[in-house]
Amino acid sequence: MTSCEYQQIDPQALPTPTPAPPPHHGNDRDKREEPKRPRRKWQVFPGKNRFYCDGRIMVARQSGVLPLTLGLIVITSGLFFIFDCPFLVKHLTSCIPVIGGGLFVFVVITLLQTSLTDPGILPRATPDEAADIEKQIDNTGNASYRPPPRTKEVLINQQVVKLKYCFSCKMFRPPRTSHCSLCDNCVERFDHHCPWVGNCVGKRNYRFFYTFIVSLSFLTAFIFGCVTTHLALRAQGGKGLVFALQESPGRYPFNHKLELVICFFSVWSILGLSGFHTYLVASNLTTNEDIKGSWSGKSGEGVTNPYSHKNIFINCCSVLCGPMPPSLIDRRGFLPTDESVQTAGAGIELPALAAKSEINVGTKDLLESAALPPLLSTSCPQMKPQTAYTCPDSSPAVNSDPSPQLSTSCGARHTASSQGDAPPPRHAKTRSKKRKLETLHIPNPSFDVPVSPTSPDAGPSSKARGSFTPLR
Amino acid sequence: MAETHSLQDMRQQPAVAAKVFIQRDYTKGTVCQFQTKFPSELETRIDKQQFEETVQTLNNLYAEAEKLGSQSYIEGCLACLTAYTIFLCMETHYEKVLKNIAKYIQEQNDKIYAPRGLLLTDPIERGLRVIEVTIFEDRS
Repeated sequence: MTSCEYQQIDPQALPTPTPAPPPHHGNDRDKREEPKRPRRKWQVFPGKNRFYCDGRIMVARQSGVLPLTLGLIVITSGLFFIFDCPFLVKHLTSCIPVIGGGLFVFVVITLLQTSLTDPGILPRATPDEAADIEKQIDNTGNASYRPPPRTKEVLINQQVVKLKYCFSCKMFRPPRTSHCSLCDNCVERFDHHCPWVGNCVGKRNYRFFYTFIVSLSFLTAFIFGCVTTHLALRAQGGKGLVFALQESPGRYPFNHKLELVICFFSVWSILGLSGFHTYLVASNLTTNEDIKGSWSGKSGEGVTNPYSHKNIFINCCSVLCGPMPPSLIDRRGFLPTDESVQTAGAGIELPALAAKSEINVGTKDLLESAALPPLLSTSCPQMKPQTAYTCPDSSPAVNSDPSPQLSTSCGARHTASSQGDAPPPRHAKTRSKKRKLETLHIPNPSFDVPVSPTSPDAGPSSKARGSFTPLR
Repeated sequence: MAETHSLQDMRQQPAVAAKVFIQRDYTKGTVCQFQTKFPSELETRIDKQQFEETVQTLNNLYAEAEKLGSQSYIEGCLACLTAYTIFLCMETHYEKVLKNIAKYIQEQNDKIYAPRGLLLTDPIERGLRVIEVTIFEDRS
């Protein structure tokens, strides 16, 4: 990796355009400030992501336990190659390090791809769009100043699906899209926010994630098998298994025990997780939908998954081998130097201003972003004061979307577990952190806390965390 | 497609009178399709049929990009076998179609919409959420 590393510029630290000069002078001022170096869009990205290598790579703000995940994989594989491979090559076959090496490379590559790829983030609505949506909502007959209705129903394959309005991104979320509060982005086909990979898992990186966990289960099973074989062979030639365990080549007496322990717990948890996701892939479901029970018929009769192709093979192919959608956020595109105008195919989102206004939660968002650019304020009749959709805007991520419950429960578990927040006895075996991966991802029906959302969009409450337990 | 305009250019260009947004049509699921309903604001500017034809062509192009066919499966399987590293060097089918779409929109703008004081914005620049139609003030 090159040494170029850029942090996201905090939009709030950007120079505030002073209200005194008339808006059209702002352009000149900006042009004078940065006459030659146009900025890229990632530098004003409103979500909580970090960008490296000039926008080529992105991660969530909280990288979670990604370093730990990488570390565990590298250390376990390292121990395997150093201590077990020589013995097994001598006594069995030299394919073993080859297979192990191939799996290891596969695992690391897919892990990095899962972590560093845009999961399918939807860019936020431009102020014009937001105003237009607002106008349409108002036009449906709300004469008073009540907050606009926040859901819209569409019929998808004869199934009624409710689309929620996202107050952070100022748009109606497409189906299967959820807002991740950890990353502060709407993500398409949102599956979950995975702290192990330090990123959301969504439409664009789900296949990487799936390949990662499947190859990781093969790798851990393989290492476990090899280590067991190694010990068995030593035990045969020596004085028994216990002696073989105690004796170790080199100066490190417990490397075998360490490997065994890590692999043993990992195998069960990762295999379980792979199995769960295989089921999701085969039924074209996301973790989010599965946990909320959106299509399982709990919320009514005749509720089926409208996205499923009704054929396991086609479902698998469409999820894993379908066309790779492009990244919608255009991280490396340039912002125009003329920031105030949206015209002619310039494809501009109001850069710093819009980003700032989106972060400044409040009723004046739209007005701020509308007031400064001259053409918009004078020419767009949609920019009415009543577009200030009041207080709901002040708590966007919490009220308006289901997923933060999921993502916070996954992510918060990471931070809260040390406070004994979630903690039930199922965490008894926490010797391997990888086991936690399973507890984060797999709901256990036996705990069966009724998640019963009041609306299809209400996320699993913190109670639902009780439903995450290891598969037995 | 990003164009930058200096302030001088802006003053010479017609002012934006309004913007119309063609929203997505989700009746077929999450595939990218846009509503073909003709917006009333454009009634004075362009033929309903012409506009609907443009949108329908765009819909067809997007459907082709997301089509589950043998080509996409082969691409997907090959990518999986190489741990998806081929995405780093190869342009995907979807990206190729997006280029075609960009060309088509450019062409439509040049031939049909610009003479009528309208401008279509490529939906990819709006995150595939809307087709933004900018209506310029009629100077005639």
